[in-house]
Amino acid sequence: MSEAIIRVRGLVTRFGSHVVHDRLDLDVARGEILGVVGGSGTGKSVLLRTIVGLNPARVGEIEVLGTPVPARTAAERARLEGNIGVMFQDGALFSSLTVRENVEVPLRRVAGLSARTRAELADLKISMAGLPYAAGDNYPSELSGGMRKRAGLARALALDPEVLFLDEPTAGLDPIGAAAFDRLIHGLTQSLGLTVFLVTHDLDTLHAVCDRVAVLAEKRVLVTGTMEEMLDVDHPWVRDYFHGPRARAARPDRG
Amino acid sequence: MSEAAPRIETLHEAGRTLVRLAGRVTVADLPEIERAFARLGGPVAVDLAGVERMDTAGAHVLVRLRARLEAEGQALEIRGAPAAVESVIATVAAAEPAPERAAPARRGLVDRVADVGARMTGAGRFGAELLAMFGLILARLVRTIWRPRDFRMTALVHHCEAVGWQAVPIVALMAFLIGVVLAFQGATQLRQFGAEVFVVDLIAISILRELGVLLTSIIVAGRTASAFTAAIGSMKMREEIDAMRTLGLDPAVMLFVPRVLALLLMLPILAVVANAAGLVGGGVMAWVVLDISPPMFATRLVEGTGVANYVIGLVKAPFFALIIGVVGCHAGMRVGGNAESLGRQTSAAVVTAIFAVIVADAVFSVLFAEIGI
Ligand SMILES: Nc1ncnc2c1ncn2[C@@H]1O[C@H](COP(=O)(O)OP(=O)(O)OP(=O)(O)O)[C@@H](O)[C@H]1O
Ligand SMILES: [Mg+2]
Repeated sequence: MSEAIIRVRGLVTRFGSHVVHDRLDLDVARGEILGVVGGSGTGKSVLLRTIVGLNPARVGEIEVLGTPVPARTAAERARLEGNIGVMFQDGALFSSLTVRENVEVPLRRVAGLSARTRAELADLKISMAGLPYAAGDNYPSELSGGMRKRAGLARALALDPEVLFLDEPTAGLDPIGAAAFDRLIHGLTQSLGLTVFLVTHDLDTLHAVCDRVAVLAEKRVLVTGTMEEMLDVDHPWVRDYFHGPRARAARPDRG
Repeated sequence: MSEAAPRIETLHEAGRTLVRLAGRVTVADLPEIERAFARLGGPVAVDLAGVERMDTAGAHVLVRLRARLEAEGQALEIRGAPAAVESVIATVAAAEPAPERAAPARRGLVDRVADVGARMTGAGRFGAELLAMFGLILARLVRTIWRPRDFRMTALVHHCEAVGWQAVPIVALMAFLIGVVLAFQGATQLRQFGAEVFVVDLIAISILRELGVLLTSIIVAGRTASAFTAAIGSMKMREEIDAMRTLGLDPAVMLFVPRVLALLLMLPILAVVANAAGLVGGGVMAWVVLDISPPMFATRLVEGTGVANYVIGLVKAPFFALIIGVVGCHAGMRVGGNAESLGRQTSAAVVTAIFAVIVADAVFSVLFAEIGI
């Protein structure tokens, strides 16, 4: 197995008496796109937040890019922050900045970048995320829900991070836009060697881009494997998920 | 990381410039690469054979260079690119937006004059909106009295606690200190005429008639108008108000009426608390500085000060309460989609409420003077 970019061992997360993860283990290899699936409220978003270090109260070990999370020194923190991009489930854009300014925020970390280049790069990312040029001047509250998602992706991509965390990126997108989104993610992983941690319910996305799927159930990663391997898993939830009518409709080999 | 920092080599060969890029070409290295590229002109070839990692920012600079050279009637040849680098460049070239940046409009004299006009009508509209909000709240208040079924008692009690009970310590302390200050200042002045005993009248009239209710209102405006704006504004920001409307819930009944009613009930009580605390403060100081014993203070207070002063003070309280409540709720509804407007409206609510309360107090003073009480 190639080098693990994300390594989670024995993770326990709880809110009060409510245990969300119980001794959860997970590995994500360099350059792979891992799809994380699970029912609503099984702790996918919480896992994502914990891995990026936003959820400090926990037991267990987490390493991202060989650096323990949460980072212990300022240098480690800078290395983590510069090399991961996060797109939150509801966009989490800065509401008092325009879309272009939102995308420029991570670019401001780069020393010596001129304001013009920064704006150009922001425009490029906005366009790559599938937004029209004019959207750069809009405030988040002036955008539709799907456009806010894309703006969130543009911000996550701003620094071409090595690891990209996406929380349900295609939810709320039209099917054409979602397919273009899948192609974009796939293309970027191919050409930039991105590693992607992708939480999704979108079976088409799972088929189109994910190298591996991890199923979150019973407070841990129940099983990981390719989409084909998922079909053979003998667990009621996994069977219902991957053999349901929607799953059959999304299968590329259908018909 | 593993990749080496970028190496840029510029050679001249057969009438054109050859640039050899190697190592890392990423956003962190952009300033250096841009500097090297800025000097290029004429036909250029870029050799990317040694590039280990190129990100979209690096590709963007190449694509931009190509666009610039082509605009100058030259050409850029990109060669030797590894497959991964080539695909990044292709992705970026396909995604480059066509800037349609409009030239910033020049502002002429007409625009400035128009600005002044716009601001004036804006101020007028603000006043009209406030009035409309006032009317709306009054109408809903009356309807609530008519049909108490819709009324939300729990909300009222909750707001009474927040607006009234929790403000008691600060209001009482403030009034006590004002009484102390008045007694002390009054004593030093009146002693010159041997008229120390009139300090009681001074304290009683100024606190009961003016300062008790006015300062209470100012404190409540600072505490409560801002709290109303922040609460209603953040609900507005997260579309909760729209959700209420679609669910057939009237925001005026659900949000404004309990808040304004709580203020209407609590502000007079707070004013009474402030009056009492102010008199106690004044009495203590009069005792300490002027040897006016508490029984003497009380006698003088009852004989020298008409009940009218007390009534005049308290009559104003409900009006001030309405002003504060309406301004706070209205500012909350003006909050737009972003966090900054929430902050702006919150501070605007406090300023407007305090200002309006003082204006109203001035109007009352003139009014009472005219009718001779
Ligand atoms: N800050 C919090 N405080 C308390 N409980 C929380 C908190 N955040 C999440 N939870 C709980 O953790 C559980 C997992 O939540 P999470 O948001 O990770 O679900 P999810 O798997 O992402 O679901 P969905 O697919 O609907 O997005 C839920 O039961 C939720 O109630
Ligand atoms: Mg979630």
